[in-house]
Amino acid sequence: MNLTVLLFYVMAFITIGSALYVAYSKHLVRSIFMFFITLFGLAGLYVFAMADFVAITQIVIYVGGILVLILFAFMLSGRETLDRLKDTNAKFIGLKNWPSLLLAVLFFVVLVNVILKGMAGGLQWVTDAAFINNIVKPTDTTTGNLGVNLMTRYLLPFEAISILLMMVLVGAAHLSRKEGTE
Amino acid sequence: MITLTHFMLISAVLFCIGLYMVISKSNAIQVLIGIELILNAAILNLVAFGRYDKLNNNGQTFAIFAIVLAAATTAVALAIILNVYRRYKTIEPDSVNQLKD
Repeated sequence: MNLTVLLFYVMAFITIGSALYVAYSKHLVRSIFMFFITLFGLAGLYVFAMADFVAITQIVIYVGGILVLILFAFMLSGRETLDRLKDTNAKFIGLKNWPSLLLAVLFFVVLVNVILKGMAGGLQWVTDAAFINNIVKPTDTTTGNLGVNLMTRYLLPFEAISILLMMVLVGAAHLSRKEGTE
Repeated sequence: MITLTHFMLISAVLFCIGLYMVISKSNAIQVLIGIELILNAAILNLVAFGRYDKLNNNGQTFAIFAIVLAAATTAVALAIILNVYRRYKTIEPDSVNQLKD
């Protein structure tokens, strides 16, 4: 087992462990900050999949943008949500959580079965890509190629998503305005 | 050797944790975090398969699009959560039970 694989397992452990704590914790602030750790671990996993630009994008957008938004929403939505959360802290896993836990575990079993039987490494196009050397190596830099592709081959999705972002901007500003000012 | 199966197993774990959070949590912000976990599981799969497309960068491009979509989702969802809090003084999804004013 070389160092890369070891680091991969460490990163996967950090990601999954912090995600489990996010799900387990009843304390909202703790779960938000552990979600921070999950996102960093995921960015590390993207680096292991040879996607360094996506990893940086993940850190900039998720950690810099989304997490700050979530913290803002938490702070603006008052203290009494925290107090109510503390009341239910007594039970370990409450009775009402059992169905959702059962559903998640059963779904996980199905997913693992599909993944292990699907043999993604033996897919036709994956072996073809490895055969014609169309695979990203650790020494390659993909960012320039990604930018060129974004402006040529994927220009239509790019425009669609820019229109969607404008609609979201207008919609979010409209939704969060103060009422009754007119 | 890190294979595709490793990435897909991690993504399956994250997806199921997100599913559990979406169903069981009694706080709209925690439900939102669960949705973000599900989206991240999908992005991890996109990135892992995108390694096998060096010329066109299919997976990585759509991973970036998915990240942007997640940001847009969060912005609108948080605006809705703030509105719900302003009207009901709580953000528990079970107690929001009226469509009219």
